Amino acid sequence: MSDETTKPDGPDEPTLAHTPAQPDVPEPAESEPAVSEPAVFEPARTAQAPAAGTAGKGAPAAAQARRLTGAGALIGLLLVLLGFTLVVQLKSNSADKAYASLRQEDLVTILADLDAREDRLQQDIAVLEASRRELVSGAASRDEIIKKAQERADDLGILAGTLPAQGPGVLVRLEDGSKKITANHLLNAVQELRGAGAEAMQIDSPSGSVRVIASTSFVDVDGGIVVDGVRLTGPYTIKAIGEPRDVAIAMRFPGGVVDDVTRDGGNVIVNEPGTVDITTVRSAPTLEYAKPVS
Amino acid sequence: MIAVLALIVGVVLGVVLNPTVPDALQPYLPIAVVAALDAVFGGVRAKLDGIFDDKQFVISFISNVLVAAFIVYLGDKLGVGAQLSTGVVVVLGVRIFGNVAAIRRRLFKA
Repeated sequence: MSDETTKPDGPDEPTLAHTPAQPDVPEPAESEPAVSEPAVFEPARTAQAPAAGTAGKGAPAAAQARRLTGAGALIGLLLVLLGFTLVVQLKSNSADKAYASLRQEDLVTILADLDAREDRLQQDIAVLEASRRELVSGAASRDEIIKKAQERADDLGILAGTLPAQGPGVLVRLEDGSKKITANHLLNAVQELRGAGAEAMQIDSPSGSVRVIASTSFVDVDGGIVVDGVRLTGPYTIKAIGEPRDVAIAMRFPGGVVDDVTRDGGNVIVNEPGTVDITTVRSAPTLEYAKPVS
Repeated sequence: MIAVLALIVGVVLGVVLNPTVPDALQPYLPIAVVAALDAVFGGVRAKLDGIFDDKQFVISFISNVLVAAFIVYLGDKLGVGAQLSTGVVVVLGVRIFGNVAAIRRRLFKA
């Protein structure tokens, strides 16, 4: 009889104290419903079963049998309920094991944790996005700088003659006539071309090619012209990249290259081939004394 | 015998009907089940001791469930629901252990 929560100790001892006088009659009654005696039923109800049983052997059995209909049914009902709720609880617990069975304060704690975590993660996101923006813009500006520097290097390389070049331009062919083409004629032609906006020039001749740059020199020698230390012999072809019409017109100015050369017995042919390829390159000089001023 | 049958019927009903626990009952049902189990074990022990009483069983069963649920409810209202239900489960668990030990001693004499 230790089944009560609230007052377990009280009933336990008394009932145990009562039972020695009473044989184990009440139990079998459950399985064998016997004769019912309403008269005995009442005292059995009011007092504890063992106490009622003291009257005689047959009476308590009858009382038990009688009670089976009421209390037994109730017990059965309670046990049905117990099994039912047990299964329901087991099922609901295994169904949503996560949060459904948690109580309010636990849920509040979890929620607060999640909020804090979300805040942290949001901060992380903000930081990472900022650094990403920085990197992207940095990469973009770095690319831009590299591109600009590359363009500048290309321009300078073409001007200095260290890079081959290609573009619209003219071919000016100077042929020896009755008199030889002199260094003067070549220099005139080069200057005229430069003045007309030629950006890159190269002088071809059967004996070699020379890229014309700012420091190019022309020296008359026997049987030819030495340009920057390379001995060239006629006919000479000057390839120039620039606005073709401007350059061609500049050649034909009265008193210009064409006039000059033909008067001296030479011959000039100006061609506009569309695209001019300047292929001869020089190595960049190594500067020993001059340093850039940053 | 009838008790076992009733228990089985209840289990079968629970499996077949497959109801969901209403939210209001969520915190109390587990405790109530444990309390009822305590009553059942107590009843089995009393049966084996030959002192089983229908009325006492019914009353103890119902009062167990109600008191357990009430304690949990009170705990929730007081803001110590989790701790109190833990306490109730511990107490009931100790009692169940005691009852089972008594049953064991009676059945196996050990």
